[in-house]
Amino acid sequence: MNTPKKEKDARFGKFGAVSFTTLTKVNDFVDYLQDGKVMATRCKACNTTFFPPRADCCHCLSSDMAWREVAGSGKLVSYSCLKFAPIGFDGDVPYSIALLDYGDYRVFGRIDSNLSLDDIKIGMPMMTVANKLPNGQINYVFKKA
Amino acid sequence: MRSVAIIGVGQSHFVRSYPGAIRELVFEGYKEAMTDAGITAKDIGASVVCSAPEYDKQRSPAGVVAEYLGLNPQPTFYVETLCSSSSTGMRLAYSLVASGLHDIVAVLGFQKMSEISSAESQERMGRGADIQWESPFGTMMPAYYAMYAQAHMAQYGTRPEDLAAIRVKSATYGQINDRAVYRKAVTPEMFTNPEDKMSGPVASPLRVGDCCANADGASCIIVASEDKARLFSKKPIWILGVGAATASVNLTGRDLFTGLRAAEQAAAMAYAMAGVGPKDIDIAEVHDCFTIAEIMAYENLGFAKPGEGPELIRSKATYKDGAIPVNVDGGLLSKGHPIGATGGSQVRTIVLQLRGEAGPMQVKDPEIGLVHNIGGVGIYGNVTILGNQPAGGKR
Ligand SMILES: [Zn+2]
Repeated sequence: MNTPKKEKDARFGKFGAVSFTTLTKVNDFVDYLQDGKVMATRCKACNTTFFPPRADCCHCLSSDMAWREVAGSGKLVSYSCLKFAPIGFDGDVPYSIALLDYGDYRVFGRIDSNLSLDDIKIGMPMMTVANKLPNGQINYVFKKA
Repeated sequence: MRSVAIIGVGQSHFVRSYPGAIRELVFEGYKEAMTDAGITAKDIGASVVCSAPEYDKQRSPAGVVAEYLGLNPQPTFYVETLCSSSSTGMRLAYSLVASGLHDIVAVLGFQKMSEISSAESQERMGRGADIQWESPFGTMMPAYYAMYAQAHMAQYGTRPEDLAAIRVKSATYGQINDRAVYRKAVTPEMFTNPEDKMSGPVASPLRVGDCCANADGASCIIVASEDKARLFSKKPIWILGVGAATASVNLTGRDLFTGLRAAEQAAAMAYAMAGVGPKDIDIAEVHDCFTIAEIMAYENLGFAKPGEGPELIRSKATYKDGAIPVNVDGGLLSKGHPIGATGGSQVRTIVLQLRGEAGPMQVKDPEIGLVHNIGGVGIYGNVTILGNQPAGGKR
């Protein structure tokens, strides 16, 4: 049987205002994101949840993973509002990067640009929401829970 | 394992933009260290070359460096752990000598950051974080450390004035260090005056004055076995403890945001190996790439309890005449931070202090010194303890 020549699966290049990675085994993350879902992976063998999602489990060496939605709210661990940006992000400033703690995993990302800094307090509950960017790219942001 | 000592130290002036090639820059640190040690190239068994490769146009710089310094045909190799590359080089040199594989090893650190623009350099250093999952959000080094500062402030009430006080101290000593890139005074008022450049926001709560100066520079440390140290050196400085640890690159893997876990762990290892504790340290060089980093270092090294780091700077305990002088050469903030050269420069400062040769920066009769050098945002933690007597020797 003739197998058709496989196209390069570069879906991950859609992730973030500027992406630095195109090929990864967790490319489905981007499809879920496009459907409005932020996903983690869970090792089917030892049940560990990973965010960011991984294709391989470093605890039990299994590569049998299931997708699991990053649901509910996490606590804001810390954040910083940038007034300078690296090349490629200049148009976005000011913007805030932040970390949420969901208990058995944490999520790193950006705070929704519609939120005022005055409304942001360390320890507050926030949720992770898929977000389409003006240039056709896609990421996720943290909103008030 | 054999006892290991440092018999020569050198560094170039740290400058904004070095008017020469990388090999010529490295030569400046090498020449001073070799003169200091009183040895020639044929005495050196191997060289370890340290830098952060994202700044280098030259691929595999160890080869050209060894050639230019006349270190062929001895083995040479390159090592990298971002901003702590030359501390990692020191760790390797220590093990090469302690194991008996080589008797004398040269550790050569360098960085010519001016090869690329500042924005480009921020972007490249940012890629020292997780490029798959963090960089797409537009991250950069100051913003990561700013997240630690924000958490420290929220948990312990650390104030922007405390951060400014760290910079004021660094500038106090940068002014008397002729190798420093930033030789001017800094006052607390500069941080509150909106007209002053120092107060300009970078990544909240960090301001321009909270961030270290980019620089071009080179450092060189000559590491030797006990026999060679006694043969060549009147004042060998002994490596008593070397600690190194790592933490996850992605912040999602971290469990502490008011300090650096890898620094704590590296310190515990170095103290245990040296058989000393924080109270035995007479002088320290810590990795103050940002002001908050020095406050966290006080706590991670055990000079202060968690949350009490700001008290050390408020009481001036870390000034030259204080209980535990820290970064009295200007630190990364004023002396400058040429990534791959930084660890070696910190070691040089402590070696000169322990020999009593630190000139206007000299503290009174230190016997044991410590170097804390961090790669990335707490990815690579390195702590080295040095003494003017060998392990078990009289103090
Ligand atoms: Zn597993």
